[in-house]
Amino acid sequence: MSSTLAGILFIASLLLALALCYKPLGDYMYRVYTGTRHLAVERVIYRLVGVKPDSEQSWGVYARSVLAFSALSLLFLYALQRLQSHLFLSLGMAPVEPALAWNTAVSFVTNTNWQAYSGESTMGHVVQTAGLAVQNFVSAAVGVAVAIALVRGFARKKSDTLGNFWVDLVRGTLRILLPIAFVAAVLLVAGGAIQTFADHSAWTTLTGGEQTFTPAAAASQEAIKDLGTNGGGIFNANSAHPFENPTSWTNLLEIFLLTVIASCMPRTFGRMVGDNRQGYAIVSVMAIIAIISMVVTNWSELSANGTVPQAIGQAMEGRESRFGVSNSGLFATATTLTSTGAVDSFHDSYTAVGGGMLIFNMLLGEVAPGGVGSGLYGMLVLAVITVFVAGLMVGRTPEYLGKKIGAREIKLASAYFLVMPVLVLVGTGLAMATSNGRTAMLNSGPHGLSEVLYAYTSASNNNGSAFAGLSVNTPFFNTTLGLCMLFGRFVPIVLVLALAGSLAGQGPVPASAGTLPTYRPQFVGMLVGVTVILVALTFLPALALGPLAEGLL
Amino acid sequence: MERMPSWIRQHVAGLRAVLVLTVVTGVIYPLVATGVAQTLFNDRANGSLIEKNGTVVGSALLGQSFTDADGNPNRTYFQSRPSAAGDGYDPMSTSASNLGPEDVIDTLPVPGAEDEGRQSLLTQVCARSKAVGELEGVSGARPYCTPDGVGAVLKVFPDRAVSVNQACPATPFIASYQGLKVECAQPGEDYAAGRTVPVRGSAGTPAVPADAVTASGSGLDPHISVAYAELQAPRVARERGMPVEQVRALIGEHTTGRALGYMGEPVVNVLELNLALDES
Repeated sequence: MSSTLAGILFIASLLLALALCYKPLGDYMYRVYTGTRHLAVERVIYRLVGVKPDSEQSWGVYARSVLAFSALSLLFLYALQRLQSHLFLSLGMAPVEPALAWNTAVSFVTNTNWQAYSGESTMGHVVQTAGLAVQNFVSAAVGVAVAIALVRGFARKKSDTLGNFWVDLVRGTLRILLPIAFVAAVLLVAGGAIQTFADHSAWTTLTGGEQTFTPAAAASQEAIKDLGTNGGGIFNANSAHPFENPTSWTNLLEIFLLTVIASCMPRTFGRMVGDNRQGYAIVSVMAIIAIISMVVTNWSELSANGTVPQAIGQAMEGRESRFGVSNSGLFATATTLTSTGAVDSFHDSYTAVGGGMLIFNMLLGEVAPGGVGSGLYGMLVLAVITVFVAGLMVGRTPEYLGKKIGAREIKLASAYFLVMPVLVLVGTGLAMATSNGRTAMLNSGPHGLSEVLYAYTSASNNNGSAFAGLSVNTPFFNTTLGLCMLFGRFVPIVLVLALAGSLAGQGPVPASAGTLPTYRPQFVGMLVGVTVILVALTFLPALALGPLAEGLL
Repeated sequence: MERMPSWIRQHVAGLRAVLVLTVVTGVIYPLVATGVAQTLFNDRANGSLIEKNGTVVGSALLGQSFTDADGNPNRTYFQSRPSAAGDGYDPMSTSASNLGPEDVIDTLPVPGAEDEGRQSLLTQVCARSKAVGELEGVSGARPYCTPDGVGAVLKVFPDRAVSVNQACPATPFIASYQGLKVECAQPGEDYAAGRTVPVRGSAGTPAVPADAVTASGSGLDPHISVAYAELQAPRVARERGMPVEQVRALIGEHTTGRALGYMGEPVVNVLELNLALDES
């Protein structure tokens, strides 16, 4: 079998697996977030946390709960890293430096998992499992909770409330993330991923060299790192490391985990608004964008464009031989289309067009299918903008799912859309205008700009992958990228919840002859168009100076 | 709780939630997963370690360098891919090179200066190809590479062209470019203003496979391609005085095909193959 055909089958089997999960997992998540009964263990947790699970929250209270929980998470994770040397099972690691500890805490609380450190030489067992991996769970659960709150905004009529954040957080963690992560962790160990709390041990190699075994609870962390679209590897080499991703089939499993929840959320959305066709429309938009992106990246990598790939004969630099070029390209596409940022191959060494496509995936706002939760709310905001644009073109009052899109809604949606470009472009501009950015570049010329642009895109979109040649463990980058991650996560979340609150308060508008049907192919096409065009207009100048220039020179 | 202002209540609840969920997802989950993993897949959970005569010599999942103390290949062993992890295959500093597709211009070392210069990715590929070719007795020629194993790249100025990766007094890989005389490069001189022109040359499909000249993503790749193993088989057989058919049979035994016939690429585990050679 040729590599190309094998690569196509690999993509096809991923799409098939996601299609098979769409209904059952989407329906299950619908029941999780709409059910009224609490599990016994959940009741215990609510009592320990001190919240009443059956009370409802307005959007303001919901948002403050999100922020309070995230703020405390940040402080806890920061403290854990700073106190590392006093913890047991710390593998003799020193306390993490303040700027790096801040950057890392922000990074994991915001579901970004940008890593300015090298896992095997910085973090001990306790910080990894009880600090970083915990945020892998809960930051993902926060994302889903916010998405569900937005969907409730569409589904509810003349309501002041959006549900209860604490219930959404606990249910998402316990009923969705934990069981899937556990099964995946056991499968990963079966493939060869390590899972041990042992200490370092060393051996002498066949030819007399020294190698050190780096112990870690790798499988359990890898599972939730992928499932929660987090991406923070336990080792520096992330999912390229054989202890995290040992075989070609674990590679497919990990790509599946990256995409599965976000791909099934539209089903949950459709169920909650009482019209499954709306869910199919949203998932179609996601699928169209994702498939185009997969094809472009795979084509560019397999044709090995560029001087060095041509000299090599195959774009193998930074790729593991067990995965090969095509499967690595699919992982790279999936990780940038979701908000994951895990890597099984190193994006800095991608061809100009392939690497440019990865940046473009993130610039789309990671909506196809996007991060867990954040993908759905990002796409629904774009749907609101699309309905508004369509309304302007034909002179109709914009409505979406029986709700009027008025001045307040469109202001919130526009503000949501503007947050990320402002962070990316101001951040990149600041870095390039000062010596901080330029001295940190590993590659020179357009590829160097791509490294910096990629870093700010990745941080502001809470992705966390990198053109890893950039030296980012400096006070300048740790601070500015930390701020981008923080604002890139929580400003949109507050805006989404405000939008949800505003929608929930409206009564339903009955559909009339003037209503744009939002489940037909016509709307799917418009939404794809608006998503791509908005991004292209915003970022073309920056892309032209980076990846496009490199590809054309 | 009830008498506190609501914003304090929120934060107290936040703190408690962090602590409770840390116990659930940060203590119970990894411990149960470890218990199950250690019971069901003890060997793999602990790193798939391999022993020789009762002592651990490596992991089936971690590549090693099969070189002497100076970094020269041990000719009786199959060689792994180049590695960017520390000084090579260091599990304590896993890494890729992160060099891009147009990284083609070296910083030549200036004699006497402290800075040792920097090899571009292109020159690294060319140099590795030349070295592997010499070791295995085949041509190491590749497109965009000079015969002396650096990147074939010109900086073109209105009145001259410079082969920027060939330090003087080297003879440039071509004498002239579009009527301009090609000069060798003076280390330390700034050629940034010139137009960059990589020259493809006449090399056809290289005899040295792609994975032999590139660093992997992790720097710990335990595998090589079947093609690279086949290339090394005659040399290993010669050095060990074994029939080459026997070596090829061992390669076959240690080749992992694509999972289910379509996932990944067929690969050969280098450490396991070399151990099998030692035992035969």
